[in-house]
Formats: sequence, structure tokens, C-alpha cells
Amino acid sequence: MSQLESFRQEVKEWLEENCPPSMKTPMPEDEVVWGGRNAVYKNPESKLWLDRMGEKGWTGPDVPKEYGGGGLDREQIKILNQELFAIGARPALNSFGIWMLIPVLLEYGSEEQKHNFIPKILKGEIRWCQGYSEPGSGSDLASLATKAEDCGDHYLVNGQKVWTSYADQADWIFALVRTGPKEPKHDGISFLLIDMADSGVSTKPITLISGKSPFCETFFDNVKVPKENIVGEENKGWTIAKALLQHERNFISSFGLGGSADVPGSSGMGGIVKIAKNYIGEKEGKISDGYFRGKVAAHKMKEQAFGLTLQRAGDEGGKASATSSIFKYYGTEHNKNRFELIVAALGIQGLGWEGEGFTESELSKTRAWLRTKANSIEGGTSEIQLNVIAKRVLGLPV
Amino acid sequence: MKLVLTEEQQFLKDTAQQFARDKTPVEHFRKLRDANDQQKWSQDIWMEMVELGWSSILIPEEYGGSEFGVSGLCVVLQELGKTLTPSPLFATGVLGVSTINALGSDQQKKDLFSGILDGSITTALAIDEKPHHNPTAITTSAKKDGDKYLINGKKIFVIDGASASHIIVIARTSGNEDDIEGLTAFVIPSNAPGLKISSLSLADSRNYAAVEFDNLEVSIDSLLGEEGAASGALESILDHGRIAIAAEMLGMTEEAFEITNNYLKERKQFGVLIGSFQALQHRAAKMFCEIELSKSTILAAMFAADSNSNDLGRLASLAKFQVGETLHEVSNESVQMHGGIGVTDEYDIGLYLKRARVAEQIFGSADFHQNRYADISGF
Repeated sequence: MSQLESFRQEVKEWLEENCPPSMKTPMPEDEVVWGGRNAVYKNPESKLWLDRMGEKGWTGPDVPKEYGGGGLDREQIKILNQELFAIGARPALNSFGIWMLIPVLLEYGSEEQKHNFIPKILKGEIRWCQGYSEPGSGSDLASLATKAEDCGDHYLVNGQKVWTSYADQADWIFALVRTGPKEPKHDGISFLLIDMADSGVSTKPITLISGKSPFCETFFDNVKVPKENIVGEENKGWTIAKALLQHERNFISSFGLGGSADVPGSSGMGGIVKIAKNYIGEKEGKISDGYFRGKVAAHKMKEQAFGLTLQRAGDEGGKASATSSIFKYYGTEHNKNRFELIVAALGIQGLGWEGEGFTESELSKTRAWLRTKANSIEGGTSEIQLNVIAKRVLGLPV
Repeated sequence: MKLVLTEEQQFLKDTAQQFARDKTPVEHFRKLRDANDQQKWSQDIWMEMVELGWSSILIPEEYGGSEFGVSGLCVVLQELGKTLTPSPLFATGVLGVSTINALGSDQQKKDLFSGILDGSITTALAIDEKPHHNPTAITTSAKKDGDKYLINGKKIFVIDGASASHIIVIARTSGNEDDIEGLTAFVIPSNAPGLKISSLSLADSRNYAAVEFDNLEVSIDSLLGEEGAASGALESILDHGRIAIAAEMLGMTEEAFEITNNYLKERKQFGVLIGSFQALQHRAAKMFCEIELSKSTILAAMFAADSNSNDLGRLASLAKFQVGETLHEVSNESVQMHGGIGVTDEYDIGLYLKRARVAEQIFGSADFHQNRYADISGF
């Protein structure tokens, strides 16, 4: 048996023993696990599953073992994912810490920061939020004004962040702050880790068009942050900020592939094809409206082409940087298009807001459709991604 | 399967790129067109391609070919597409070889492949009869009469039909129009008495013909495979053709985009380079994304062809659709972004537009393949 085959066997056996039965069923929205000190586990098996996966290091399969990760290589991760998919396993942990912060801590963090934070993130003990945008700094992120004054052994932080996802539930925030007010705008920014429990930190949820409040405003009023919480050097935070954005864009791009009907955790209505057949009609096995069928086909073809391109980027060794802009742009625009099609296919049933007359699944589609509108704004708008492609890939003049 | 070229394929691609640059820049095509060359491709260039082994890439090793597969041909055609190189490689090296290989007897393979290997035989596949590709809408009939067949009907849009030494015709030996069953292939020397071949002149100045059969008598030896056997083989033969022409189209797309992107960095208006205008930058960036997707679909489709994947039909349609739509957009935008010079005959970009539209029609437009993909997928 080859090493990979025996690894697959090992994974199968481990999952057989350790994945609780309810974790192999579709995940209701209120059972999604984000961890953190304020976490509430509606289903106790969610916690069990998180603890077991975290102990094994498989919440961060690519993270080195010395920091509590799985220490797996590309091929092994592929196998792990295949086996998780095969049993329909729920994700043990959703985590901005894993998706965004750990990669930059590994690259830019001190040894102490890595040992202090990474194992806890992987076990779901610290939930993070991202302090990037400010009311006056959206696409022009580097103009940010939240300031951190040098007070000897600590920084004194004052200012406001906006669009901080789940800040009201997070334990810590990774934030961009201005430490060099006199330097050119990109050269006065630092990357700071701040405990949300510190005095002077407050949050206020923002209600979105979907009716939900995944985002907050976060205020810093004379917050004292120990100096050891800076990642990298003072005033060198922009490089780290950009590196993190790439990781953020990469995971947002994956939304572009969420169209499969059999993705674990999907709502059970099936994908766009099944919805169209059920709500528009089916004739001789086909979506009965030929024009709509054409639109669905084009959408699914683009989706497959996009998926093949993600695969190719991986096969080529994942040259990051500008490709993350391509994927972020394409993936989010595609995801918006998917929900436009889904809502159109559902007709009036796809526009229900609450209450009687609609199934839970139908109602969730209305909200999800509205939520996708932010996909092409958060993490850098589509227009910013196109700027990056034009300048960095195509070499077009500024 | 990894979506990256093997060393062998990369080597073939590099060789083809060098060849196209040195021997057949766009100027080569332009000269043939301006000289009103009746063959519309150069015999000398073709013989060089034959010597490089390109005509026999799909021919099995036992018949003297290299068996580099559809992937091998695709990387070559992609590079030749960049300079709009006309040659019999598609009609002979892909369509001819695939058909003979799928249907021919051992003796036919020996005879025909040896001619393709030395360049003395070129082929044309006569299938379409209507303005739109539809491989089952075949009314050209072949009726058995003793040890002969009598063929009647008319084929149009026969690629290389005006130059090929042999015409491979798909005719109906039973059933009605639109039946998948009942199709039979015949291979007929183009100088057969009574075979009427008329050149068709299309916008892209390539070699096409209409082929008419008026009670044409052919011997039973011209049967390629059993009677009715073409029905089963046709889809995969056409899929090879669809993937290969899509690869050529990808090369055209890449080059038209490259020419245009360079122009955006040279041309000044209002005192600045026009490439600094966001209205143009974003359109260019969007096209770039579609080109990246196109590349992935070609790789997936050509590898599927060479591994006899049972998903070949869907992936071939995906590639022809994705590349077709992208080339359509890029060829239009390229002309527009060039402004006035883009609509002059003197400038090359218009040649890409004209070739693009014809190639888009070959073996099914993007619409055809969207529909086919939906059918196969059960949408």
C-alpha cells in the first residue's frame, strides 16, 4: 500500500471513530460553529466534533504540527477533504482566524505570537474579527485614520472601524492602525492584535438589506494595547495587510463554487437546476422554459470553467497575488448571478421575507440573495480587483 | 488528472510557437490571400509540418504515427492559431485521421495513413448540409446497388474540400433526417468522375467547398467501416474536431488580446496612453479572466479526449462554448479598442475577427454547445 493509500485508510478509520452521527447530516444555520469564549453549542455533538478535530490538528490541516496543526501536505489535505466530503461531514469550525490570520502569523508573526495564538485558534478557543475598513476608508483602505500612539510599553488606540464581521461575538480583532501619521499613507500603517475585552472597545451591529447583522461598527476609545501585540515591524503593516487580503479573497472566491446540490450543509432544495424544474416546470425531463434553461446552462458551464481554473491554479503551484484578484472578482460575480437565477426561478416564493406562506428554505433564499450583494464589495470591490488585474497582470499604465 | 502540460506537450508547443513565428507570421496568410491563391495554404509549409510529424500526431504507432494524441495536436493548433496559419492540419490531421482510425479497416489505415504520413494525402470531412451544424440532419443518401453505392445529395461548408485529395462523406444508408442511426462514412478520391466540388469563398479566406453527389457511383471498397457504423463513431470524431478547433481559437483569442493590450500601451490620446483609461482597463481585465477560464476548459477537454473519458462530450462542448464566447467578445473588443485603424484591411486585427466568426461556426456555435451541454447534463 502506498503512503497516500495508507493515509487514506487512517483518515477513514479516524473519521469512523470520531465523527459524531449528527455531524454527518446537513447543517442547519443555527448550528454553524465559530468557536470563541462566547460560543453557545445548540447541538452538543458540534462541540465534541470541534474538540476532536482541533485536538487532531485537522481544523488547520496545512498548519505545522508544532503550532497545533495537522502538518499535512497538499496531497494529504486533498485526501482528508475527499473523505470528509464522502461522509457528508460538517465543517468542524468556521474561522476568520484560520482562513486569514494564521497564514500571515506564520509568515510575519514572532515565534511567541505563533505559539500563543495559533493553537488556540485551531481549537476554536479564540474567535477573531477583522478591523480593516473605516467610515472614510473603503476601497481606499490605506487612507485609514484609526491611530495608535506610542506610549512607551503600549499603544494608545483611538478611532473607528466598520464592516467588522461578527465583532459583537469576537474575542480578538486584527486591526490596521496608523502608527506613522507623518509618513506617506502606505508607510505609516501597523498590524495590531487587540483583545475585544479590553476597556475602551465597543461594538454596534449594522443591519443589512438582508435583515441580518453579520457586520458591526467597532469603536476604540483610549484602548491600551501591549507592544508585543504588533505583528511585524511598526509602520510595515501594509505588506501584511495585503497578504491577508489575498487569503481573504481566496476564500471568498470559493463562494463561486457553492452551486452543487450535494454540498454538505446545503438547505435541501437542491441547486438551481432542481429549483427551476420544481418551480418553473419540467417537460420531458427538461426545465420547461427554454430561455431560462439556456441561462441556467450558461451559468453552470461558467461554474465548471471557473472550477477547472481554480484546479489549474492549484496544479500549477498556486502562484498567488494577482490570481487571487481574478478569482475574487469572478467567484463573487458568479455567486451573485447564481442567486439572481435562484430567486428568479422561485418566482414570488423567492421573495418572501418572513412568516406564513413560505417554507424555511424559501425564506433563506431571499436573505441569501441579498447577502450575496456584499460579496463583490467586501474584501475589495470587483472594481478594485479589475484595477489590480489591469495594472499588475496586464501591465496597463496608471 | 492535473491540468498542466506534460514535458512532451510543452516541447511540441514550443516547437510550434517557433515555427509560427519564423515561418508563418500573419504576413504569410496575408500574402496567400492577396495572391488569391486557390489552394489557400502553402504546399511547402505543409510539407515542413509533415516532416515535423504533425500530420501523424493522432496516427497510432503501429501505423507509423507518434500517438501524441489530441492534446499534442491542440498545443500545435493553438500556436498556429496565433498567427492565423492556414494548413490542412485540422481537416487532415484531426478529422481525417480520427475518422479513419475509428472506422477504417486495417488495409484502409495502412493505405491512407501512409499517404498522410508522407503528405501525399489530405482529407476533408463532408458532413454539414445546412447553415447550422447539426450532425444528424443528414439527407445525403447512399443506396446499395450490387457491389456499388449510389450517392445523392449536397454538402456545404466542407473544410479543405477544395484542396483535399480525398473526401470523407457522411451519408445516410437508412432512416430519416434527424435519426442518429443509419449514417455511413465513405472515403472517395476527389478526382472521382462525377464528383462536383465547388470552392466556397468565406470571410476568413480559407479553403472551403460545396460537394455535390449526383448519382455518384462508388465501389464497396470506399465504405469506411460497416454500413451504419458512422452513427456510433461520429460524436467522438466531432468532439476531437471541436476541441482541436477550440484550441486554435484559443490561440487566436490570446494573440488578438495581446495585440490589443500592447496597443493600449502605445496609443496616446488627450496626451496620455489610452490604456490608462479605466473604461478600457476593466473591459480588458474581464476579457483576461474569460481567457484564463478558456485555457482551463481546453486542457480539461483535450486530456479527456486522450483518456477516453466518458465525460468527453460535455467537456468538448464546454470548451467550444467557453472559447467561442470569449473569442467572440475579444475579437469585437479588439477592433473597437483599436479605433479607426482596427477597421482597416491593412491592420491585422480585422483578420482575426473574420477568422473568428467562421471558426465559431465550425462543428457547432456556442449556442449549439450550450444546448448540448444542457441535454447531456439533464438540465
